[in-house]
Amino acid sequence: MGRKSEARSLKSEVRNLKPEAPPKRGPLDLDRLIHERLRLGIVSALAVNDRLTFNDLKRLLRTTDGNLSVHARKLEDAEYIACDKSFDGRIPRTEFRITPAGRRAFEKYLTHMEAIIKAAKA
Amino acid sequence: MAARPEPIHAHVIDDLRFIRETMERAGAFTAVPGWGGVAMGISAVGTAIISGPPDNTTRWVAVWLIDAVVAVAIALVSTAWKSRTSGVPLSGVPALRFGLAYAPPLVAGMVLTPVFVTMGLMARLPGCWLLLYGTAVTTGGAFSVRIVPIVGGGCMARGVVGFVAPAPWGHWLMAAGFGGLHIVFGLIIARRYGG
Repeated sequence: MGRKSEARSLKSEVRNLKPEAPPKRGPLDLDRLIHERLRLGIVSALAVNDRLTFNDLKRLLRTTDGNLSVHARKLEDAEYIACDKSFDGRIPRTEFRITPAGRRAFEKYLTHMEAIIKAAKA
Repeated sequence: MAARPEPIHAHVIDDLRFIRETMERAGAFTAVPGWGGVAMGISAVGTAIISGPPDNTTRWVAVWLIDAVVAVAIALVSTAWKSRTSGVPLSGVPALRFGLAYAPPLVAGMVLTPVFVTMGLMARLPGCWLLLYGTAVTTGGAFSVRIVPIVGGGCMARGVVGFVAPAPWGHWLMAAGFGGLHIVFGLIIARRYGG
């Protein structure tokens, strides 16, 4: 088999790969992706703003560049937030916004929290 | 002896508190009243017609001070109405930050008005009022929706013109700043930001 046909077959294999199904969650299990404190902060801040820059979020959440990058990337990979990169003159500008999927996940997370409190009171 | 584990609902309450505080810190004050701005603008245009050009009389100042009282009443009522209908609490952190940034230039205006009157500089009050009101809206607007600081900048520009333009233009500058800007941007805020 030539290199070209090998590459074609690999590409088709990758295309046919299905994303791994997320583990099933019980009614009181929280979305672990949002539950982490910094990611929860990012999603909460973006829920009340159309968009926020990287520096806005860093200042707001009192965190470091590296920490914010890592956690924002995880939310981006899950398509909970979207990132737009542009240039303000010569300065790179990174803006984040919450996606509809992210907003739904955040609302679901709050519903779960509510359910836990109700269960604790019962 | 090992410490007793904290119950899960205590963690949840802590998380909810964190979410609320983050949203408050990140949130803008959105209860700026668009329709209230339109009403204030109409009131200012009417006052400009009644007052006429600044003429160094206390009557002229009194007419505009009455308009200021009317504008404050409209602002309070319309902000309270918008706050109630949009569910934005006036006791929250965004409202507090907006208020703290908005008030100082207005206090400066209250101090400077009698100074201008007693020094016979009433013809320059339009410049003083527009500049300080514009400053208040710009600084308060830093904690509100993006359009608000633009209104403030427009008022400040008219205030600067008010200091250098011929004194008889004063009431028209006030009509353009307190009237025109409030009406135009009030309509935009009402349409885009829910009332």
